[in-house]
Amino acid sequence: MDGLRQRIIEAVHHQPQPTVTVLSSLLAVEDELGYIPKEAVEEVATFTRSTINDVWAVASFYPNFRFLPPCEHRVELCWGPTCHLKGAMPLIQAVLQAVGLPEEGDTPDGRLSLRYNTCLGACAQAPVISVDHHLMGRLSPQAAQDAVTQVLRSGANGTSHSRSGHGH
Amino acid sequence: MAINHPPTFPELQAEAQRRWQGLTGGGRPWIRVGAALCGKAAGADAVLEAIDAALKQHGVDAQVSKVGCLGLCYAEPLVDVQWPGGPRVFYGNVTPQMAGEIVATHAASGTPATHLALGALGGRDDDGLPDLNRLPMRAREVRIALRNAGNIDPGDIYHYIANGGYGALHKALTQMTPEQTLEEVNASGLRGRGGAAFPTASKWKFLAGSKAPVKYILCNCEEGDPGAFNDKAILESDPHTVVEGMVLAGYATGASNGYIFIRHGHEGPIRRAQDAVRQAQELGLAGTNILGSKYSFQLEVALTGDSYVAGEETALMDAIEGKRSMPRFRPPFPAQVGLFGKPTNINNVKTLAYVPEIVAKGGQWFAGIGHEKSTGTAILCLTGALQWTGMVEVPMGITLKDVVYEVAGGIPNGKKLKLLQTGGPLGGVLSADKVDLLLDFEVLRAAGAIMGSGGIIAADEDACVVDLTRALIAFCQYESCGKCFPCRMGMGHLLEVLERICRLEGSPEDLALMRSIGENMQAGSLCGHGQLGFNPVSSALKFFGPEFDAHIKDHCCPTGRCQEPRFSPRSSRR
Repeated sequence: MDGLRQRIIEAVHHQPQPTVTVLSSLLAVEDELGYIPKEAVEEVATFTRSTINDVWAVASFYPNFRFLPPCEHRVELCWGPTCHLKGAMPLIQAVLQAVGLPEEGDTPDGRLSLRYNTCLGACAQAPVISVDHHLMGRLSPQAAQDAVTQVLRSGANGTSHSRSGHGH
Repeated sequence: MAINHPPTFPELQAEAQRRWQGLTGGGRPWIRVGAALCGKAAGADAVLEAIDAALKQHGVDAQVSKVGCLGLCYAEPLVDVQWPGGPRVFYGNVTPQMAGEIVATHAASGTPATHLALGALGGRDDDGLPDLNRLPMRAREVRIALRNAGNIDPGDIYHYIANGGYGALHKALTQMTPEQTLEEVNASGLRGRGGAAFPTASKWKFLAGSKAPVKYILCNCEEGDPGAFNDKAILESDPHTVVEGMVLAGYATGASNGYIFIRHGHEGPIRRAQDAVRQAQELGLAGTNILGSKYSFQLEVALTGDSYVAGEETALMDAIEGKRSMPRFRPPFPAQVGLFGKPTNINNVKTLAYVPEIVAKGGQWFAGIGHEKSTGTAILCLTGALQWTGMVEVPMGITLKDVVYEVAGGIPNGKKLKLLQTGGPLGGVLSADKVDLLLDFEVLRAAGAIMGSGGIIAADEDACVVDLTRALIAFCQYESCGKCFPCRMGMGHLLEVLERICRLEGSPEDLALMRSIGENMQAGSLCGHGQLGFNPVSSALKFFGPEFDAHIKDHCCPTGRCQEPRFSPRSSRR
């Protein structure tokens, strides 16, 4: 059996919590791989005695799931109302410009995934972004741009898609 | 002291006291660093590294604890140092460099770095340190649910027990029947803090009335409301008050199982909740035969993907079952047919966090705080254009004016308050002249606003109401689950109209069009997302009609904000 499928099977079989569902299994795969390959949809369907259709229905509903391998770095930009009032729009424009993307998505070289987020949970420090799961607040557009270009200079981040890598 | 398994409660208390004395009475300083989401976003990780490095450099032996949110988020990263018997001295907006200085002076020699200090607790009048509790943000506070937040290590159950934790559970299991426990909550007048403000005891009675062997208590920490972070902050700062509240809710209603429900990705609150559940089970405070009694309550943490609607009670049950989080038809109501088809009760984190203190001190005590039918306190998240942003717990009945101008220090940069956005994106806006309103469920509802989950976002005169309304509807559109088409399509349609008005291309008919869409959404949606989703528009039109007219009739945005770049991410669920 190939390594990818083995990692998927181990992730879905070793969920620590008693209640195991289609969603919890998908989240376990995302924590392990940073994305949901089609093999994961098949394995989750088998494991939960569900169908591939039903698993896709859940996976496609929650925008936190991605279906392509993760980029080296992941940046999330909050556009919730507090961040909006505190200058999220010029900040987002500045970051998009710095990485050469017209909107959220992956850079063509696969180094950076940029996502909008509706609330990162630290509104008192707005505007807030998250760089490789580390929260940064009270940022000017320039400071946000610097943070993102700096992380791109730093090379690959080994923890960005490991099991422990979902901390903020 | 060796602990027998399972330990008795007096044994647990003695062990907790011994450990707490070691922190506060040993021969070395205790350094606490605010490391909740707000602290981390302000740079707490770098400060912690600097503290560790400085302790090594100066050869200082100190206990360092990561604590939760004290509420003074504007002053994060927040560090405090306490020598045994001395005052607890707080330092605000600490940089790594300042951290080194604080360690070199206060932690090394015992002399507070007075020139850097924000204030102190337990100080003397002549020590040159202001009393932290006299800070305007603290002076009006009555801390019940937040009693331990920022004070204890949330990862250590003994810190919670040393500060009275699980005493209420021990009292209920040894001295009170489930009926008496429920009656205390009834006497407290506690109402749900997630937004609906429904009397908690009435909800619990529905569940208690069912004789089914499997019944669920769900704790809702989905908290997608932008501008509100109090649920996550409580779970991250004092998870055991939520666990104890859930076990008490289970005992009062005869429930067998519980779930704490959090959005995947919020790693801090998730890890704290998981650790707390595990520790409580290990010490016999949750699980089978709790504290040696006949009562058992199995507890676990469940995660959802990104979905705002997952915070709706029936959608939440679908998410725990592993499905798309979409609301269900009612009836049947969750108290009859809920999670996995079993009777279910759902409470917000804040609601459950009050329960231990209500059981410990009595319902009458809680009912004596607050205003009329809004008993107890409000846990507010103060964000936006405010001098001091953060989280406070103030008695119900305080005016919005006191909250904005006293507790939060008013509007910075010499600007004027324009509006308050309360109760999350489905709440709506209140104009600045409404600040005399009391913080009270009925008063706010009568004024067309809601308290919701406690988020208060302030906007100053630079904000454009049309632009803010568009941003709120963009959020609601993005987060519609898509089940009910009046909500799914209505939100998208409203957003198109508002974008047109922002581009100064709106027409006078657009206002009537939006009202008609809003009526359809209200009439044709299963849950509050569609039913309340027109609130941002209707409240903005009510208080700021002339600003809409300026955009539509005069083709002019008075603040100029609408000339700036804007974007509205579209939901994939359309």
